[in-house]
Amino acid sequence: MRARVMDRVWLPAALILSGALAVWVLRASLDDYLLSIFNFVGINIILAVSLNLTNGFTGLFSLGHPGFMAVGGYLTAILTFPAGRKAMLLPALPAWLAAQQWPLLPALLAGGLAASLTALVVGFPVLRLRGHYLAVATMGFLIIVQVLIINLESYTRGPLGLNGLPMLTNLWWVYLWVVAVIYVCWKIKHSSLGRTMLAVREDEMAAQCLGVNLARIRILALTLGAFFAGVAGGLWAHLVTAITPTSFSLIMAFNLVVMVVIGGSGSITGAILAASGLTLLTEVLRPLEENLEMYGINEVIMAVGLLAVLIFRPQGFFGSREPSLLSGRGRIRSNGRSGARE
Amino acid sequence: MSAYVLEQVFNGLILGSMYALVAIGFSMIYGIVRLINFAHGDIVMVGAFVTLALIAVPGLPFPLIALLVMAAGLILGVLIERAAFRPMRGAPQVTGFIASLAVSILMQNLGVLILTAQPRNFMLPEYLQTIFHLGPLTVRAIDLAILIASVVLMAVLVLMVKRTRLGIAMRATAENIDAARLMGININRVIMFAFAIGSSLAGMAGLMWGGKFGQIDPLLGFVPGLKAFVAAVIGGVGSIPGAMLGGYLLGLAEVLFVGLLPPIYSAYRDAFVFGTLILILLILPNGLLGRSVEERA
Repeated sequence: MRARVMDRVWLPAALILSGALAVWVLRASLDDYLLSIFNFVGINIILAVSLNLTNGFTGLFSLGHPGFMAVGGYLTAILTFPAGRKAMLLPALPAWLAAQQWPLLPALLAGGLAASLTALVVGFPVLRLRGHYLAVATMGFLIIVQVLIINLESYTRGPLGLNGLPMLTNLWWVYLWVVAVIYVCWKIKHSSLGRTMLAVREDEMAAQCLGVNLARIRILALTLGAFFAGVAGGLWAHLVTAITPTSFSLIMAFNLVVMVVIGGSGSITGAILAASGLTLLTEVLRPLEENLEMYGINEVIMAVGLLAVLIFRPQGFFGSREPSLLSGRGRIRSNGRSGARE
Repeated sequence: MSAYVLEQVFNGLILGSMYALVAIGFSMIYGIVRLINFAHGDIVMVGAFVTLALIAVPGLPFPLIALLVMAAGLILGVLIERAAFRPMRGAPQVTGFIASLAVSILMQNLGVLILTAQPRNFMLPEYLQTIFHLGPLTVRAIDLAILIASVVLMAVLVLMVKRTRLGIAMRATAENIDAARLMGININRVIMFAFAIGSSLAGMAGLMWGGKFGQIDPLLGFVPGLKAFVAAVIGGVGSIPGAMLGGYLLGLAEVLFVGLLPPIYSAYRDAFVFGTLILILLILPNGLLGRSVEERA
């Protein structure tokens, strides 16, 4: 009994506090450039862990994550933009929207909810597809979102994008959401809902026979993942202080999938480590890219890395597992397959 | 029909020919290994650049260039299959799909790394640029060449698939890979040939793409690749006649969508194409000519 209280309360509390301490130390010691790198690490953790909920736990292979980010990002940006300057930047905005000027947190929540709502609308028809057809349809969704953003100029300024956003994102906000997404996903994974999701992933028919409502679980996984994607989009927009239609591209979808696959579909720890590692690697390679004019080297390395993992370790580094120290003596024992064989 | 509409239809057929050539490869590969190969579009890009390089060689006749480009596509396709897809055969379908995205991104960025992202002008020999009049139509020789060459290539392909031993083995493998193996068909060889044929057609489409649009860059293959995939889905993935039909339909639909509707809609061109894709997947998952026992929706 004692050991379990230890696991359930003190270990998470200790982790969260040491994370907060790390944030404090980082903010006190690093310059803006290095801090922004850690902000990106955090945002990518939010994205990878939430995508893992959809792709990893439930096995819904979605490439639409950046599409949800874009929805959240644009809405958050419009909501937080100073009302005075909004009239100049977006003169065609409806009056009620132009008058709004929200603080970051409610705007992020609104962005997340809008992304969830989009997921709900898109999910109902599209989630009837399976496997790689779902992947292709979500990719189509992503491209449609981009086209809409380019064309809805009165809300988005089209290809120009929105720039000069207030820089509201800082490492505390990012950390708050990192903790939130990890907490939610961890709770889900170690609950009956999480097991239901894994069951849907491993064998749809068996899950259905046991009374699982497949459509409900799928929609839930997609909308929950989309919520965090929307929030991450908002954080991203207020970190970079500019968003354009090309900010949220298929390359980004690919990079996120790489994180989930390399970390191990279904493993939260894996997604966190892969997101951190790959983001830092990208930042290390960026000067190389710019100074040696080797543009594209980063993507080449990512692609080769992914191919190597797919060939030599298809279940990713962690499979579906978490380190036994964290997961309460490894209660979830999955065979680590990364999706039902069709 | 006014000359304008006729011209649009003609352009639609040219675009459709290129989509069809690429879509055939998608369909053949999918039909046999159940792999959506997103790297297929980038073979179009490589085909375009190989053409550019060969045109720079003095004294090389254009038909020979075309053959060499097809050979280059063929070799590349076989190499990709060996290096990336064969090691993960038997893995879940999505794994192959992710791998093909990785190969696609690898090829695009190797292209950027080696050739830079700067678009290059694609110079055709003089005689392919001559302009002549066909009734109300004004056409360039290359446009006609594209139309005729693609029809000839497709006819050869259909004959091959229908008549030769290899074609029969391919159809048998597409029908049921295990039964085909039991009948003594060398599956690896069949898969290799599917990649080889599909990729050589894609290489040829690259030559045509450059000739039609006059500018090429390392990222040019991605969008036509995606659209050719849409074409394959429209026709029914796995069906070669379906891919041809889908290619022409999509080419025509896209050009007419832009050409005949008011200009404000033309910016929605890609949304229209991918909206169609999602609709077809949902309503008509087997496409127009496909027949399938597997479950997609």
